Amino acid sequence: MSTLHTVNKSPFERSSLQACLGHAQASDSVLLIEDAVMAALSGTAFAAKLADAGQSIKLFVLGPDLKARGLDPAKVVNGITVIDYDGFVDLAAENSTIHSWL
Amino acid sequence: MGEDMEEEYEGGIVKKFMFVNRKAPYGTIYALEVLEMVLISAAFDQDVHIAFLDDGIYQIKKGQDTKELGMKNFSPTYRALEGYDIEKLFVERESLEERGLTEDDLLVPVEVISRAEMGALMAGMDVVLTA
Amino acid sequence: MKFGILVNEGPYNHQASDSAYRFAKAAIDKGHEIYRVFFYYDGVLNATKHSEPPSDDRNVIKNWQKLAEDHKVDLVVCVAAGFRRGIVEDSLAPGFRISGLGQLIEAGIQADRMVTFGD
Repeated sequence: MSTLHTVNKSPFERSSLQACLGHAQASDSVLLIEDAVMAALSGTAFAAKLADAGQSIKLFVLGPDLKARGLDPAKVVNGITVIDYDGFVDLAAENSTIHSWL
Repeated sequence: MGEDMEEEYEGGIVKKFMFVNRKAPYGTIYALEVLEMVLISAAFDQDVHIAFLDDGIYQIKKGQDTKELGMKNFSPTYRALEGYDIEKLFVERESLEERGLTEDDLLVPVEVISRAEMGALMAGMDVVLTA
Repeated sequence: MKFGILVNEGPYNHQASDSAYRFAKAAIDKGHEIYRVFFYYDGVLNATKHSEPPSDDRNVIKNWQKLAEDHKVDLVVCVAAGFRRGIVEDSLAPGFRISGLGQLIEAGIQADRMVTFGD
C-alpha cells in the first residue's frame, strides 16, 4: 500500500502542500501539478522544506505545467523528478491510492 | 437531499472510502456537496470514513445559524449520519488547537486523533475523495 | 488498469478539467481503461452544449466529447449538482449523460484507481 499525493496550488497561496507533506507517509509519492509547480523550483522560500521532505518521500513535478509557466525544469530542487502526463499515469498505477489535496 | 438515491448496491466489494474535508462551510459549496456524496455512499455498504482537518472542522462547529444569509444550515445532517450507519468521523487534534477549538465545540461525536494518526489512517484507504 | 476520474471544477475557471483530460488521454494511450469520468460540483458545467470558446483556444467540452467518441469513455454528470446549476438533460453536449451520485461511488468501487481533479 502506498499513496500518490497530488498538490495543485502554490504554497504561496494555499496550505495544501504543507497539509500534504504533514500527512504523507515514508515511501509515498508527491506530485506537484498546475500552480503547485512553483514549489519545485530551487531558490524559493519552500526549497529547503521540499529538499527535506524528499529525504523520505518521492517528489515529482509535472513538466508541462512548469513549461507553461516559464519555469525551467532544469532548475528544480535536487531530488525532485520532472515527469510528463505518461509519468503521472504510471505513478497513479504504481500507487494503490491517489489523494488529491485540494 | 438524496433525490437521486441509488438502490442497494449488490456488487459485494467493500472498499475503504475516505471523504476528506479541509474547507469551511458556506464560503464555498464543497462542504454541502461532499455531505451529499457521503449520504449516497451509505447505500453502497462500503467502509466509509470522514476526515475533518484544517478549516474542514468548521463544518461541524456547534451553533451554526444561517438565517441572515438565507442559506440552508446543513449542519444538523452530520448528526443524522449515524442513522445511515456512517459513524467513523475523525477530527485532527492539531487543526482544532490551531483554531482555538476543542472537542466540546463540535456538534457530533467524533474521534479526535493526531496529525500523525490521521496520516496513518489515510494511508490505509482504498479511495480518497476530496473537494 | 481501470481508472475512475472525478472532475470538480468547470471548464475554464480552473485548470482541473484540462488536467483531467490530459491524464485520461495519456492513460488511454498507454493502454489503460477509463472506467468513468464523473463531473461534480461546478464540474457539471463541462457538459454544456452551449459553450463557444474563442477559436484560438482549446475547446474543453469538445475535447471530452471526442474522447467519448473515440474511446467510448463514459462521461457522467451529477444530476443533483447539475440541476442546481442549470445543467439538465437538454443542456448536454453529445457524449455526456446525466445520472446520480451513486455513479461516482460505484466508479470508486469498480475502478482500480480513482483520481480527483479540482481547485
